[in-house]
Amino acid sequence: MLLSLLAIILAMGGTMFLQKAFTPEYGLDLAGGTTVTLRPVTPNGTPPTEESIDLAVGIIRNRVNGSGISDAEVAKSGDNIIISVPGVGQEEVVKLVGTTAELRFRQVLAIAAGSPQPPGQMPTQAPSPSPTTPGGKGAKTPAPSSSPKAEGQEDTPSSRPTASAAPAPSGPPAGRALSAALVNPSPAAAPSTSPSPGASTKPEKPAKPGKSATPSPQPSSPVSPENPPAEVDTTGIDPAVLKEFEALDCSKDKGQGAQDDPSKQFAGCSQDGATKYVLDKAAVIGSSIATANAGVDQTTGEWLVQLSFKGQGPDQWSKVTTTAFNSQPPRNQVAMVLDGVVISAPVIQEPITGGRAQISGNFTDASANELASQLKFGALPLKFEKGSIDEVSSSLGADQLRGGLIAGAIGLGLVVIYSMLYYRGLGVVSVLSLTVASILTFQSVVLLGAFAGFRLSLPHVIGLIVSIGITADSFIVYFERIRDEMKEGRRSLRTAVEVAWVRARRTILIADAVMFIAAVVLYFLAVGGVAGFAFAMGLTTLIDVIVVFMFTKPFVALLARRKFFAKGHRLSGLDAERMSVVPATGSTTVPQEA
Amino acid sequence: MSGIARRLYRGEIDVDFVGRRKLWYGLSALLLVVSTVGLLLNGLNLGVEFKGGSVFSFKAPTAVIEQVRGAFGDAGAHQVIVQTTNNGWRVTTESLPAEEVTTVQKAVAQRFGLPQNQVTLQVIGASWGGQVADKAVTGLIVFMLAIILYLTVAFEWKMALSAVVALLHDLVITAGVYAWSRFEVTPATLLGFLTILGYSLYDAVVVFDMIKEVTAKLGTTSKMTYTQAANNALNHTLIRSLNTTLVAILPVAAILFVGTSLFGAGTLKDLSLALFVGMIVGTYSSLCVATPMLVTLKEREPRYQAIARRLASQGARGAAKASRQPVTAGAANGAADGEKRRKK
Repeated sequence: MLLSLLAIILAMGGTMFLQKAFTPEYGLDLAGGTTVTLRPVTPNGTPPTEESIDLAVGIIRNRVNGSGISDAEVAKSGDNIIISVPGVGQEEVVKLVGTTAELRFRQVLAIAAGSPQPPGQMPTQAPSPSPTTPGGKGAKTPAPSSSPKAEGQEDTPSSRPTASAAPAPSGPPAGRALSAALVNPSPAAAPSTSPSPGASTKPEKPAKPGKSATPSPQPSSPVSPENPPAEVDTTGIDPAVLKEFEALDCSKDKGQGAQDDPSKQFAGCSQDGATKYVLDKAAVIGSSIATANAGVDQTTGEWLVQLSFKGQGPDQWSKVTTTAFNSQPPRNQVAMVLDGVVISAPVIQEPITGGRAQISGNFTDASANELASQLKFGALPLKFEKGSIDEVSSSLGADQLRGGLIAGAIGLGLVVIYSMLYYRGLGVVSVLSLTVASILTFQSVVLLGAFAGFRLSLPHVIGLIVSIGITADSFIVYFERIRDEMKEGRRSLRTAVEVAWVRARRTILIADAVMFIAAVVLYFLAVGGVAGFAFAMGLTTLIDVIVVFMFTKPFVALLARRKFFAKGHRLSGLDAERMSVVPATGSTTVPQEA
Repeated sequence: MSGIARRLYRGEIDVDFVGRRKLWYGLSALLLVVSTVGLLLNGLNLGVEFKGGSVFSFKAPTAVIEQVRGAFGDAGAHQVIVQTTNNGWRVTTESLPAEEVTTVQKAVAQRFGLPQNQVTLQVIGASWGGQVADKAVTGLIVFMLAIILYLTVAFEWKMALSAVVALLHDLVITAGVYAWSRFEVTPATLLGFLTILGYSLYDAVVVFDMIKEVTAKLGTTSKMTYTQAANNALNHTLIRSLNTTLVAILPVAAILFVGTSLFGAGTLKDLSLALFVGMIVGTYSSLCVATPMLVTLKEREPRYQAIARRLASQGARGAAKASRQPVTAGAANGAADGEKRRKK
């Protein structure tokens, strides 16, 4: 144990050395950064709507702080958007946020689970059947959408019950799942207004696309219907894109703001990161959208999103839906891609020629409106004109930071003094354990800064200082257990150490699990600084478990063999006086003297 | 070492936490009322990150940061964040009304010998408003549900409920302290609140784990009621609770008192106050709110009522004797000694 811990520390240290990363990356409040003012403008010069600015803020926040740990801030300032990114000279970030976010419709060519082990996937969660039901020819009447009641439902009210309307068990359900992902799923899943990771299903079918080697690069080919649906069909997929697709891990990087060239195929992730796609060239671009509205189906009372196209849109849309309709799953889906992220990928139930379509599924008021506003944004993409770019200093004076560090050091000193006084010999263990925890924490923060863009801000620092308490508590729980065992007076120290460990371990694990749940929930559901903080909290909890299991316990067991402790030396913290070992009953009722 | 310290050190303490639950409930109710009144009357002093604010930019190459901060403070701005840019100074204050903006611009221009129009103003929106706040709230609600679920599985629903009630208790009181002290609520403070949330639950869980262990031994023939057993468990973990709190709070207290008095107010003060208050209240509530509440819930169960009745009838004959039999080593009886102390 001790050796493997040493190996971990050395390995991490070695990586730090190789990466030449010896200090953490600091956040905005500690290191200062670059502040960019962007002025959103519409292509035709009309002032952007409040709604589209809000959406743009969301898109930019995703671009600069998608993972939540980079400590970037995005704020609206009248009609402008102000972005602050930690670190100076972040030219590439400025470039990244300045690009126009555009919406495109692309036919799906292949799909797979978003990451090797998607977090918290519930393969059993049924995707609601919720494909696009076309407004079709009878454009004005709201076309009956497929009822979202049952999976294998045959009698869809849609005019042509198709294979896609009644998903066979073999069909990868991701398309519908995605529509479903825009929905508040089941009560058990997260009631967040945005698609939650748990909502979408992991497609079982699509196996590694690389294995079936048919990289015949017919660049533009929408797939012919004869293609066997069993394997992921790589026909017509650009090998380079396929490679990208295989390498793509949506849990790490959803590819926000990626340069999705409309004339090229594209590998991207769903909004919740649960599914990844290979998508064909853009069939329709966002500016062809005339309207997009959320509404309620007159007959079923379901929320749905209606959209209509203009210009070349109706023709292009009819072409792509016809192709998709004649294809095998998963190619019967058409994905809507906003800023490189797939926001929805409904199954096409029939060729849609009228230039109007509606998307149904288990939408709620909120999720339908969210999709509609995303589509509307696509209709009128905002360009961002760069305003001022300033490099700013840290918002905390250097004095504050110094004060915090000095005070923190004083506090740590007090902790050391206290544990030595109270636990004497065992105090050494706790001080050493805290040291090991600090080393691990420092290493993790540095490495995460180098690899994942983690930025340490003041709240993180304070959070880490507080975690001293949680880490110390694990030792205290354990030590008190050992002393309980010793007080009973029947055991040797070596046995007591083991027996106490079994009991303390349970307490430590249950209590740490609470912290960890807190961290995971907040990390996945919150955005911005809250997510970053949750990340730090989860990290320190893990480190606590590692230290207690791999250092404190083995180290105490080792010490228990030494005479100094086993015989209960006065300074060991396990002496008879301290334990007040009373033979026989062990009763400690004491006359009151206060 | 003598007296209380010695007994603490040796684990020979015996406080009747549960028996005095009326006292604790009263105290907590009072604190909650005071906090709620504070929140309603004063509200929270939200920082510019939540409300948006005014940003002033100007050039004053010779000024130092304290002068700039002072100039804005004197001009009537309350929340002042000073930054330097490659372009001079950038000072963020709370949202100021138009006439105050002019006052500030005038005062600052005068102080640093600039024409007034060179102190430019920009109004900025909340970087922590809207979506960030909404999602944080969603996260919190889901978190509470997840915790209730988890604790119900790991322990039982009565413990889950008690722990969450204690958690809310802690959050309201901490928020109340902010309302009354008018300390600024910044994103850092908010994160401090989240830390408290974790800490408070953590502490309650450790205590409940011990209660679960001690009360598991209770059978129909046991010599303790659930109340007494729970009280024993509390006393048993009391040293742990105190030690842990002390260890956790020493660094925070150092930041709050040393940091603030040496280096003046600021983010540090705002954040460490939340932690300081939250940790003390968190420890208190695990012992004096969560556990008594749990006991109240549990004593309604028929099996524990039966024990209580049986012991009560025995108690008529020889209460002191029966309850003096320690069941768990190191932890002594509760009720009897509590009685004794109260008489003093």
